[in-house]
Amino acid sequence: MRALVAMSGGVDSSVAAAVMVEQGHEVVGVTLKQWEGPDGRLPTAGCCTVADAEDARRVAARLGVPYYVLDYTDQFAREVVARFGEGYLAGRTPNPCIECNRRVRFGALLDRVEALGCDVLVTGHHARVDHVDGRFRLLAGRDSAKDQSYVLHMLGQAELARIVLPIGEMTKEQVRAEAKRLGLRTATKPDSQDLCFVQGDYRDFLREHFPDSARPGSIVDSDGVVVGSHDGVSGFTVGQRRGLGVSVGEPRYVLRVDAATATVTLGPRSALEVEGCALDEVSFVAGAAVSDGLEVGVKVRYRSRPVPAVLRRSAAGWQIRFDRPAEGVAPGQAAVFYLDDEVLGGGTIVAAA
Amino acid sequence: MLYLDHAATTPVRPEAREAMAPLLDREFGNPSGIHAVSRRAKDLLEDARERIAGLLGAAHPLDVVFTGGGTESDNLGLAGPALAGGARGGIVTTAVEHAAVLETARFLGRLGCPVAFVGVDRAGRVSPEDVVAAIDGATRVVSVMAANNETGVVQPVAEVAAAARRASPGVLVHTDAVQAFVSRDVDLAGLGADMLTVSSHKVGGPKGVGALVLRPGIDLEPVIHGGGHELGRRSGTHDVAGIVGMAAALEAASKDRDRFSQDVDEARRRFERRVIAEVPGAVITAAGVDRLVQHSHFRIEGFDAETLLIRLDSAGVAAAAGSACHSGAIEVSHVLAAMGMNESEARSSVRFTFGWTTRPEDGDAAADAVIAAVEGLR
Repeated sequence: MRALVAMSGGVDSSVAAAVMVEQGHEVVGVTLKQWEGPDGRLPTAGCCTVADAEDARRVAARLGVPYYVLDYTDQFAREVVARFGEGYLAGRTPNPCIECNRRVRFGALLDRVEALGCDVLVTGHHARVDHVDGRFRLLAGRDSAKDQSYVLHMLGQAELARIVLPIGEMTKEQVRAEAKRLGLRTATKPDSQDLCFVQGDYRDFLREHFPDSARPGSIVDSDGVVVGSHDGVSGFTVGQRRGLGVSVGEPRYVLRVDAATATVTLGPRSALEVEGCALDEVSFVAGAAVSDGLEVGVKVRYRSRPVPAVLRRSAAGWQIRFDRPAEGVAPGQAAVFYLDDEVLGGGTIVAAA
Repeated sequence: MLYLDHAATTPVRPEAREAMAPLLDREFGNPSGIHAVSRRAKDLLEDARERIAGLLGAAHPLDVVFTGGGTESDNLGLAGPALAGGARGGIVTTAVEHAAVLETARFLGRLGCPVAFVGVDRAGRVSPEDVVAAIDGATRVVSVMAANNETGVVQPVAEVAAAARRASPGVLVHTDAVQAFVSRDVDLAGLGADMLTVSSHKVGGPKGVGALVLRPGIDLEPVIHGGGHELGRRSGTHDVAGIVGMAAALEAASKDRDRFSQDVDEARRRFERRVIAEVPGAVITAAGVDRLVQHSHFRIEGFDAETLLIRLDSAGVAAAAGSACHSGAIEVSHVLAAMGMNESEARSSVRFTFGWTTRPEDGDAAADAVIAAVEGLR
């Protein structure tokens, strides 16, 4: 088959392309230009830079496959960056990687695979797709430390039918060893960490691009007593402990961020624990919804372990009831449902409930 | 493979390759030396200079300045006179120039030179009246390209030059003839220009060599400083092989113009006729105005250029959009924006450029390729 490989210039997508080539598929490599510097070029620092595109281009050349840079700056600004800023302004903790996957990579780009003459879209995500009894399943990556299935939970049958994730069976060490064996120049490149469109601190980015996030306000304790002030809610996310700028004896954590009143509410760690939460944008990998009351493991943030919970459906939508009170449940983050290593689906956390 | 990107670069002509061969082999000398090895290199260099002076209408061979390419020639043609003698002379140019001119003008603006960009009509042509209106007492250089690199649209350089001189006798007129030379008989006198840029690789010579040809007596501040080569106007050891190759390519292109124009015109005619007839929504840019015979700039409504070019590439057809950024992503062309195209029109625009290796039947193949690429998308 003919495979369109989304190459970021990192080692995972480099090896994903290499695996497809080794398996005898025809490969076309692309890098999405998602964000641009002030002069309209790819940024020179951060992720998705000119240097990353050059790495991807060199890997494609080494593999002997065509390579293109596709311009997705308009879509990315609209669908990912604007939502990211709006989410923060609304007091949520948005996950732009998920919106990028939902709307750009596995949205606009996946829709274009055929037009670009290809059959499938390939990425370097650490996750697996299998096909059992006519149904596609999304599974966690073999390397649990690198598993990225959380950010892919929105994929359904129509998407998974046209997606190949070749490195999901490999550990990161195996990926690097394969890159080294093939002489790819990305073999020892460090993993990308931060948001691809932000250079440095994302709070500075928010202040620059979404000035409302830099509106000063009060920091209050859970009983409503003002304990300090801040120069913008963009500096705070639910569950945050460091950098609060207040000292009130025992450790304090951010419980809530209310952008409308520019108020940040703190409390003790115990107050972070919630019994459950309400979700929207819920989707299921299988297409059909799971049954009300299903016991699942739920990940409420990217780098966390699934915690046992029950999925509940009501007229108001889907809710999660945790078996034991859970911490770090931040509106805007995704809640992803697992049965062992299979992703059943997920949604966006609206509020603790 | 069907190569339809000759405006980006074109294969080296056999005449250039043959002329260069001895210099890549035994004639390795640095022309700036006192010994026999240097003298032979110097002789080859000056022979090339004389021939290029003749081709482009320079009064004296020393009015040919060798540079590192068209971009550098444009830099020197604008910055040279504008900055000469410590001045901050003004620049008047058009909105559709090559980036080599536009960015040099902007750079000079940052240095304190007054800079004006003159707009164009919907076909991409600048009017002499608009240029004159932008000229004032501070204007030192008026730069108008002979023909546009994206659309092939020919500018009225001679009319602009005459009007500019009437408006302000002291101005110097520069023209970038990088695209025009291969199919048009351009020289200083014919265009009424004081300075003219040519590039080697666009006409079948090696890359990395160009020339700025001057009317006598123009004082230039160098942009490359060093040992004072080229009468202090451009330092750096000469790329003698490249320069000799360029001279041979310019001569070959000049001799080949009639044959070139006939074949390429036939190829383009066949291509455009069929695409217009068989592809709904196909529009040729600036079809009704004077444009270079080798350019066919077009769009197919509803099909983005990025996808079309990738599909063509997969089918073995090499073509381009107007401009690409450093990463290779296609950018909205400033030329098309200046012509009043909206963003979606600009983003669907594609450039086919034919060249000296094109045969008339390549026009049919080009049409077949576009028809096939579009078919698959419907």
